[in-house]
Amino acid sequence: MKPIILFYGRIGTNFFVHFYRVCYYLGAAVGQLRYLHFYRRQIIEQMYRVGIGSIPLIAALSLFTGLATTIQTAYQISSYIPKYIVGSIVFQSEMLELGPTLMALVLAGRVGAGIASEIGTMKVSEQVDALTSMGVDPIGYLVMPRILAGVAMFPIIIIFAVVVAVGGGHYAATTMMGVSTADFVRGMKEVFRAKDVWVGLTKATVYGGIITLLGSYMGMETDQGAKGVGRAATSTVVSSSSFILIMDYVLTRTLLKFS
Amino acid sequence: MIEFKDVYKSFGDKHVLRGINLAVNEGELVSILGPSGSGKSVTLKHIIGILQPDRGEVWVDDQLVPKLSRDELQELRKHIGVLFQSAALFDSMSVKDNVAFMLRMHTKMSEAEISQRVAECLEQVELGGVEELEPDELSGGMRKRVGLARAIAMKPKYILYDEPTTGLDPKTAIIIGDLIARLQKTLNITSIVVTHDVKLACDISDRIALFHDGKVAAVGSPDEISKDDNDMIRKFMEGQL
Repeated sequence: MKPIILFYGRIGTNFFVHFYRVCYYLGAAVGQLRYLHFYRRQIIEQMYRVGIGSIPLIAALSLFTGLATTIQTAYQISSYIPKYIVGSIVFQSEMLELGPTLMALVLAGRVGAGIASEIGTMKVSEQVDALTSMGVDPIGYLVMPRILAGVAMFPIIIIFAVVVAVGGGHYAATTMMGVSTADFVRGMKEVFRAKDVWVGLTKATVYGGIITLLGSYMGMETDQGAKGVGRAATSTVVSSSSFILIMDYVLTRTLLKFS
Repeated sequence: MIEFKDVYKSFGDKHVLRGINLAVNEGELVSILGPSGSGKSVTLKHIIGILQPDRGEVWVDDQLVPKLSRDELQELRKHIGVLFQSAALFDSMSVKDNVAFMLRMHTKMSEAEISQRVAECLEQVELGGVEELEPDELSGGMRKRVGLARAIAMKPKYILYDEPTTGLDPKTAIIIGDLIARLQKTLNITSIVVTHDVKLACDISDRIALFHDGKVAAVGSPDEISKDDNDMIRKFMEGQL
């Protein structure tokens, strides 16, 4: 019994230590917002890398998500349900769930692991120490611009993802299921509520913050050379994905209820 | 002047520094010599405030480093150049951007002035015309020289060298040693060289501080250290420790 208590006790302690450290990095990054002008080049560069750099991948994946969602919706609805409902379901599920959450899980790999391995490599090759020695705060130079880019660019990426997915859904509906464009658009209009867009974008903002914060944290805490860099990237994907799914439940429950 | 007064530092239950006392005077080149794990690099990191002592004082000029605020520490660091063991060049930047990094971050110099200063620094380390190369196109010796050019870009008052010849072939190590000695004379700066390279320390230093077991075992001119008949010092100088 004692080893089990010790085992879980250690896991619990580690979790709170990491949680405290992540909060520290978040607080320090927020503190660095005072120097926005000083780090403007890094912020613009990161916005480009996180945002524009993710567009091709997100475009391809969103297209297939839209196609699959439409085909599955058509399969699930019974013959006496009007077909225009396909447009309603595709739009709402993309805006509220698939767009933000599924794409965030993909971006946890592309953006989060990328940040962790980049900063981690800088850490183990003394580049982070070099920054510090040159009078430049690594949190301000490396962490804050990435978090800001994640928070600012994820909602834009998700809007793009939803537009592409709905386009894909429309293509599948009109070419494979005999639904007219007018019916598809009618279905979308019937369920469209501004609050859905707001909920989807709120989720995207939170996910963007989680992925970039955890990626930066794992990178800054990297040690033990190449092995440590690999571990940081893996930990980022695992922890980001877990937090995204937990926050998906929390946000869906609070925001939809609140709305 | 850089001064350590009874500095202690531990990592967990590993006691790395056990009461370091050392003063480095203006314009002096002091080498900190000692076997691996004797606390040489840890000592260096205390000067720029990357590490804080558990006990004792670290002074740079009239500033007590552990007590400096974040902004004061940033200001102090602008006057200290550091050459890291791995050179620590930024992979994502060209040679020019690496050398220009501090100038862009901390000065209001125009791009033309920065380009001129970068060229000057690279000339001083005998590496002119490599501005557009990427760090991964450079040899080990070239990386160290670019790191040195970056360290002198802001015309610092102090330069700290962390194992400047580690990983280099003997011929390149001699070139880097000569370069350190020449920069010391031409730029009239105060330098601390952390190394386990006895020959380098004897060739370029005004004084040598020999570290052993987290303490300063001996301080003196290269001649005095070489002639010391203490068993430990003799063994180290002869490469037996």
